Amino acid sequence: MIESSLKTLATMLAGKQISSTELCQTWLARIGSLNPALNAFITVDADKTLAEAARADQMRATGQAGPLTGVPIAHKDIFCTEGWLTSCGSKMLGNFIAPYDAHVIQRFKAAGMPSLGKTNMDEFAMGSSNETSFFGAVKNPWNPDYVPGGSSGGAAACVAARMAPAATGTDTGGSIRQPAALCGITGLKPTYGLVSRFGMIAFASSLDQAGPMAKSAEDCALLLSVMTGFDPNDSTSLEREKEDYSRDLERPLTGLRIGLPREFFADGLNSEVAAAVEAAVAELKALGATTIEVTLPNSQLAIPVYYVLAPAEASSNLSRFDGVRYGYRAPEYADLNDMYSKTRAQGFGDEVKRRILIGAYVLSHGYYDAYYLQAQKIRRLIANDFTEAFKTCDVIAGPTAPGTAFKLGEKSDDPVSMYLNDLYTIPANLAGLPGMSLPCGFDGKGLPIGLQLVGNYFSEAKMLNIAHQYQHATDWHRRAPEGL
Amino acid sequence: MSLSPDDIKRIARLARLEISEAEANASKTQLNAIFDLIATMQAVDTRNVNPMAHAQDVSQRLRDDVVTETDRHADFQKIAPAVEGDLYLVPKVID
Repeated sequence: MIESSLKTLATMLAGKQISSTELCQTWLARIGSLNPALNAFITVDADKTLAEAARADQMRATGQAGPLTGVPIAHKDIFCTEGWLTSCGSKMLGNFIAPYDAHVIQRFKAAGMPSLGKTNMDEFAMGSSNETSFFGAVKNPWNPDYVPGGSSGGAAACVAARMAPAATGTDTGGSIRQPAALCGITGLKPTYGLVSRFGMIAFASSLDQAGPMAKSAEDCALLLSVMTGFDPNDSTSLEREKEDYSRDLERPLTGLRIGLPREFFADGLNSEVAAAVEAAVAELKALGATTIEVTLPNSQLAIPVYYVLAPAEASSNLSRFDGVRYGYRAPEYADLNDMYSKTRAQGFGDEVKRRILIGAYVLSHGYYDAYYLQAQKIRRLIANDFTEAFKTCDVIAGPTAPGTAFKLGEKSDDPVSMYLNDLYTIPANLAGLPGMSLPCGFDGKGLPIGLQLVGNYFSEAKMLNIAHQYQHATDWHRRAPEGL
Repeated sequence: MSLSPDDIKRIARLARLEISEAEANASKTQLNAIFDLIATMQAVDTRNVNPMAHAQDVSQRLRDDVVTETDRHADFQKIAPAVEGDLYLVPKVID
């Protein structure tokens, strides 16, 4: 059962072969046995999960069920969840019981999907290895000496280890796609504005976007149909017709034009990753696609631009953590300013402080034009590159990350080398484009490799179609770590 | 460009982050490595380029001027570090 697709689980529930309560008990038992070793969850609360399962079973019994009612899901600990600890991976929110539900949580609750718990993450989603979490690092289920990627590392690890049939994640610079690649699962970051950010603890508001993480593109399509939709509580939520993201899954790929950006296959790309991605592209060609070389000349600037814009937005967003209304407060202080400074010094971890300092600096008097404004202008150039590329292709394909998972501790003292891990994922965030990662092979150490697709705005259904057809033809996405 | 420990202490003060002399010294190398990375964008000619703040060029919506929030101050204050008589407590600001 733990290998079943969401569609299969939903069919079993609809056919009364199994109840949501039984499904949740199965997965809770797996979490209970695997979480001590993997640390993928920060909070598990069986009573709450089973109460939600009972409600889902009630919905099924009374004919109020939707397509996924009763199927459980795990939520990244960045989403405010009423009555649950919502820590965002930080000591700062280590005592924060959210008083309301994020929009994404509301939607999954309305769909009748019980929560299996809150997954571990890099502190405030700042990291690419899950090592910055106040609650300890997550281990990669394929090899516990390696990182799962980040920041949605707990989400990726729990799906890979079959501790949950699916999970939610968020992606500011690659935080869905990179851990999906490093853990061998499928994850999608939608077009900016498709999923409401209401109740999703803010990191860099102009880049943050939530999306699904699951075993397959077919599962992601079902989840995305639940998550998306206009929300007046998010000022950047887009008013669009509701879409069924599963509608095009079975379309043949004949005539599909795949753009291969030469910058994504240049120096710095691990040769095993390059070979697996090239083999995946060959498979897509065998399915009827053609390829064309495209160029994203400004994409090399994506990391410097991102490390101005994201910290600038973060330093502003994180100013709300002042020890007054919620969260941590330092036990001893002399006066109000001292209380702020000590609370923030004690409540935030090193990486978060580093980014707050960068952000405060680039926004400070005399530096705004040279850093922030310049970065926003280059952001436009990066977005324009994609617009040009999509004149000659339907989707862009390349590696998700320059290498496979690295060892725990290997990069934790070297922020720049950690940041370079998001080289191929950040451009899509800056442009606001949808991106996804799907498994396309393994390296010599048995660690998964991810193929990244970046589509034009609102082309999620097409990307899921491509990924689904690829997953019909290959079985990388069906591989699971042995011995778990 | 290179940040000195004094620069770092100044930014930390702006950001309301207590930082010791030792921490300022220790973070200097890493912060400067990041600023070296950031500096690579300075060479780009961006004359006549409009800055891009958001991915979608949409304007802010206005809503009707009606009350939509319910009063939940008890729920919100339950999670506050210090409250008294419906008020959030902070150290004395004015003598």
